[in-house]
Amino acid sequence: MAGYIVRRLLQAIPVLLGTTFLIYFMVFAMPGDPIVALFGDKTPPPQVIEQLRERYHLDQPFIVQYFIFLGNIFRGDLGTSFSGQPVSEILAATFPVTLRLALLAIFFEMVAGISVGLISGLRKGGIFDASALVVSLILISLPIFVIAFVAQYIFGIQLGWFRTTVGSGAPTQDLILPALVLATISFAQITRLTRASVIDTDTQDFVRTAASKGLPRTRIVPVHILRNSLIPVVTYLAVDFGVLMVGATVTEGIFNVPGVGRTLYQAIIRGEGPTVVSFVTVMVLIYLVVNLLVDLLYAVLDPRIRYAK
Amino acid sequence: MKIKRFGVAAIALAAAGALTLSGCTSGDASPSAGAGDSSAVITTNGNEPQNPLIPTNTNEVGGAKILNSIFAGLVYYDAEGNPVNDLAESIETDDAQTYTIKIKPDQTFTNGEPVNAQSFVDAWNYGALLSNEQLSSYFFESIEGFSYDEDSELTGLEVVDDTTFTVKLKQPESDFPLRLGYTAYLPLPESAFEDMAAFGENPVGNGPYMLDGEGAWKHNEKIDLVVNPDYDGGRKAQNGGLDIIFYATQEAAYADLQGGNLDVLDAIPDGALSTYEDEFPDRSVNQAAAIFQSFTIPARLPHFDGEEGKLRRAAISKAINREEITDVIFAGTRTPAHDFTSPVIAGYSEDIPGSEVLDFDADEAKELWAQADAIAPWDGTFQIAYNADGGHQAWVDAVANQLKNNLGIDASGAPYPTFAEARTAITDRTIQTAFRTGWQADYPALFNFLGPIYGTGAGSNDGDYSNPEVDQLLDEGLAETDLDAANAKFQQVQEILFQDLPAIPLWYATVNGAWGETVENVEYGWDSVPLYHQVTKSE
Repeated sequence: MAGYIVRRLLQAIPVLLGTTFLIYFMVFAMPGDPIVALFGDKTPPPQVIEQLRERYHLDQPFIVQYFIFLGNIFRGDLGTSFSGQPVSEILAATFPVTLRLALLAIFFEMVAGISVGLISGLRKGGIFDASALVVSLILISLPIFVIAFVAQYIFGIQLGWFRTTVGSGAPTQDLILPALVLATISFAQITRLTRASVIDTDTQDFVRTAASKGLPRTRIVPVHILRNSLIPVVTYLAVDFGVLMVGATVTEGIFNVPGVGRTLYQAIIRGEGPTVVSFVTVMVLIYLVVNLLVDLLYAVLDPRIRYAK
Repeated sequence: MKIKRFGVAAIALAAAGALTLSGCTSGDASPSAGAGDSSAVITTNGNEPQNPLIPTNTNEVGGAKILNSIFAGLVYYDAEGNPVNDLAESIETDDAQTYTIKIKPDQTFTNGEPVNAQSFVDAWNYGALLSNEQLSSYFFESIEGFSYDEDSELTGLEVVDDTTFTVKLKQPESDFPLRLGYTAYLPLPESAFEDMAAFGENPVGNGPYMLDGEGAWKHNEKIDLVVNPDYDGGRKAQNGGLDIIFYATQEAAYADLQGGNLDVLDAIPDGALSTYEDEFPDRSVNQAAAIFQSFTIPARLPHFDGEEGKLRRAAISKAINREEITDVIFAGTRTPAHDFTSPVIAGYSEDIPGSEVLDFDADEAKELWAQADAIAPWDGTFQIAYNADGGHQAWVDAVANQLKNNLGIDASGAPYPTFAEARTAITDRTIQTAFRTGWQADYPALFNFLGPIYGTGAGSNDGDYSNPEVDQLLDEGLAETDLDAANAKFQQVQEILFQDLPAIPLWYATVNGAWGETVENVEYGWDSVPLYHQVTKSE
């Protein structure tokens, strides 16, 4: 087990190097000069542009810029944004907010998705199953910004149950509405996934055996069916967690959540290379760690899976 | 990684980048005391400043809004854009080249340091020094001693005594006093120079407001300002403070206003432009702003030089139905242009000789185009380049369609994906089409709309326009010490511009804003920023 973890962590190094290189290259290849854009519709004197380019190493060839960036990272210096704030500080301020948002969303979609999926699977073809199918199809087909705007309008502006946007410091009660919005999309996926998996498991031999042994249904469902149905769901949840951590851009924008997605978006628009690459590096790390945890979780859920050294 | 766009408005906001702004207050419009709770804090929308909060390094709205609230410069602009002395007691000149500036005695920054002549001279020298890489350094280029090539002191600045200093310019520039309300000309306390980075994070000013303690700037969230009790200029705060909340999208800010979480808003998202005035009756504004929009046709394009070029430019201008586009596409939130400046600027006139070229007349347009074809036949497509991330596609397509229909030529938009890409192509002159241009005034003066754009070799002369007559008149205007006489020269410049049409004027932008039920005395300045100090709030 320990050997397996070490091996996986070592694998992360080339992945990390490769992704940062790619991202850096893409930011570098983004057409247009961010320094020129800093001046809006006005044209600054060329000397001023040159000075600023030098400061941000934009006058160097790509590969030199990349190695300067890598070198700084190893020294723990993630660079500074155009507004003079260390990128590490921005990371420290935004990631916890997005983490809380993602955890809330995962919690909502997990609780709702698994329970609805389980009931649908156990009562396949019933009225509950049919209505759940309709609802989840509707939710899947709605773009997230539509759900977000509608939710904001109804629950924030009309009913006043929630604050329309997230207030300063992103208090958790303000995050509930955006989290619910984020959860709607994956809720549908999880419901479908759980349902299919439950139906599949329900017909397995070991379930029949358990039933013929005389075990009550109240024990078979949670222990035998649910536990064995959760493997694909857990994988999905983990992937979804990764996605939520790095990319709730639209929802964060609509609800003005001071999180990763909104900040990264602004950095991309402003062409702030260091901010973008540092954010993405951390995102890749999170993704790798989450995936490792999922693989380890398999072993817990399914005793047949063992990680050899 | 999922990256989607928020919508045009957000991008336009971000991309608008350095549309520079300045001064934001009015003195005489202050309401009578007791109209509201003088301790109530006003909340308003803003953007995360793009740069540290250093006056000479701030050239966009997000930072300027904050700096103009926490600093007092020599003058501020009232709602009409007229300069009013703030810290200055007098600004005098005999020749428009050497200015003697006296400031009020016994003024202090909020940390107790005195505001004296040295505070201005040091701040300006800091802003101008090449190696300090300040974004607004070019505001000092006309002061003697300024250099873009090496670090050099502004030798034109001289401290006479504690409250007096003189400014010597390289050449006469009569609108220099009008500029002094711009953010770049604010004073700095001595402590700022010890650690400018730290100062940019926690600036110490002398204005109507001050930061609510260290760390009041919560990045990407908001900045809290409280009243500076020691400020005694014309912009004394009538409320208890100002919370500027940073929004990534205009939609979010608008939703907060609807939900009662925001008091004053100065930007309405595109989707709400046609409805916001009904939704906030008597609590909204749609007034002209100091923003001029046009598209520039560089003379280097084939068929756009000389007599043929003049005919073609006039034909294009006459083929555009500005009224229709501002109504249909902008829902009345743009006003058709009548000149090259803006109606909010002193000296503006609708009836400059030659401005008829802006009136829609399809027949005459065709006629002019045919005359040009007689000189050299037209071929190819007329294209207007724009940045696709700024919400420009609708009007560019409309203009192209009108040109197609009214001139019978092939015309289309030429989108660049990002603002940075479009600006780069324009700046390095690789662009081979006409392109969208806009200008937001830094300070309320006619010259600011003309000199930087149409003077030969001027900084923002992206179309490389050059006309010795225009240069001559601009210089003459600057040398006039009388503002009216100067403006007369600048109007003559416009007469020539109407003949040459280096850029085709389109329309002026308006400021669209709304405010909540509990606030009163909301007024928007010449620069579209609300005059926050005079807003009162009941509750």
